[in-house]
Amino acid sequence: MDSGILISQSDKRPIYLQIIEQIKRRIAVGDWTEGQPIPSIRQLAVDLQVSVITVKRAYLELEREGVIVTQQGRGSRVAADAGLGKRLHQEELQKHLEHAIRLSALLGIEPEELESRLREASDNIAAKEIK
Amino acid sequence: MTDLAIKFESVGKKYRYFTLEDIHLQVPAGQIMGLIGPNGAGKSTTIRILMGLIHQDHGDVRVLGHRMPVEQVAAKWDIGFASEDMRLYEAMTLDWHMRFIRSIYPQWDAAYAQLLLKRFGLRAEQKIKGLSHGQRVKATLLLVLARRPRLLVLDEPTTGLDPVARHEILRELTAVMNDEGRSILFSSHNTQDVEQISDQITFIDRGRVIDSMDKEAYLDRWRRLRLEAPSGIALPALPGVINIRQTGRLAVATSNAFVPGIASAYENSGARVQTIENMTLEEIFVAKVEHSREEHEEVGA
Repeated sequence: MDSGILISQSDKRPIYLQIIEQIKRRIAVGDWTEGQPIPSIRQLAVDLQVSVITVKRAYLELEREGVIVTQQGRGSRVAADAGLGKRLHQEELQKHLEHAIRLSALLGIEPEELESRLREASDNIAAKEIK
Repeated sequence: MTDLAIKFESVGKKYRYFTLEDIHLQVPAGQIMGLIGPNGAGKSTTIRILMGLIHQDHGDVRVLGHRMPVEQVAAKWDIGFASEDMRLYEAMTLDWHMRFIRSIYPQWDAAYAQLLLKRFGLRAEQKIKGLSHGQRVKATLLLVLARRPRLLVLDEPTTGLDPVARHEILRELTAVMNDEGRSILFSSHNTQDVEQISDQITFIDRGRVIDSMDKEAYLDRWRRLRLEAPSGIALPALPGVINIRQTGRLAVATSNAFVPGIASAYENSGARVQTIENMTLEEIFVAKVEHSREEHEEVGA
């Protein structure tokens, strides 16, 4: 099975984080469905041409977060969690919100102003869609 | 049986102008170890001791359970060694070399050799003298890989190769790892190759091992913190921070034992932490070598 994962050398994040993110995205968009078997650690390492230890680390973290389950001798699969795709989207939204908050702190923008800016941006998008 | 493919215990070798000091090294079976160091750091000497080509003055070397150099004949059946100064016979064809190796090593895998010929874009009937540098490197590797040795020892396998050839070789090396019983040790000064495919890394500088450990754990310990410090604030010296560079209101701190407590300690001192960045193996290597040389010179002085 082709994992479709692509490791980018210009991405500043460590390789294991890139693997985690791309697996989560595959699940979030529904390419990988609940309970579906995914490549073994060694298979994915050979496929991506990265070290076994890097893929192992990504899988351990995904397991800890409840995204995948690994059974001794039976390989790994996507967790049988009905709301997983939605939850991963929520997680991404949360990350974007936190990023926006950090940036506004840097610019000295108060939470109230950020709130109104968010409403404004949302109105702008809605207006564009009406056209 | 042992689950260590390679084990060095306080191995040393003294030359007139160079000393390899007290090398400790362990490569677990089933893993790839990348050996990184500047030119003249001792990488090749270490590899030659490992292969029994040079005898250490002191220390214990075990390769696939065999004591080196005394048991090197037994060990070498299972080791595939390739280095740049290995000579092929110029007047002979690659096919001649393949048949020659096959006559010595009964475990030669002819089907795999054919596959490698294709993947590496080599022609068996071509004479060695007509091959480019990249083709020679690939031919040497083919002769070693097709024996399917339990341990591959490769001295600078990707040096001087174009990006496509480098990629082809890295792909074959990672493919070897499909088999959990096999291990690889390779040296390189291309830190990107090492970062990508190694499970373990070892830094060597000036004849000493300055760090040797699990790559993921190692990368995880290092961070670069960008700080904004209002004038008049002295940034505290913190344990786990090996270098801090301050120009004007901005400072960059490098940590080799990062914990979130380091960031909060800076915040508590009145500075603001702008970003906490991961570092590439190359950045870590340079920082580590500089730090280790400073420390060593202080001790020596």
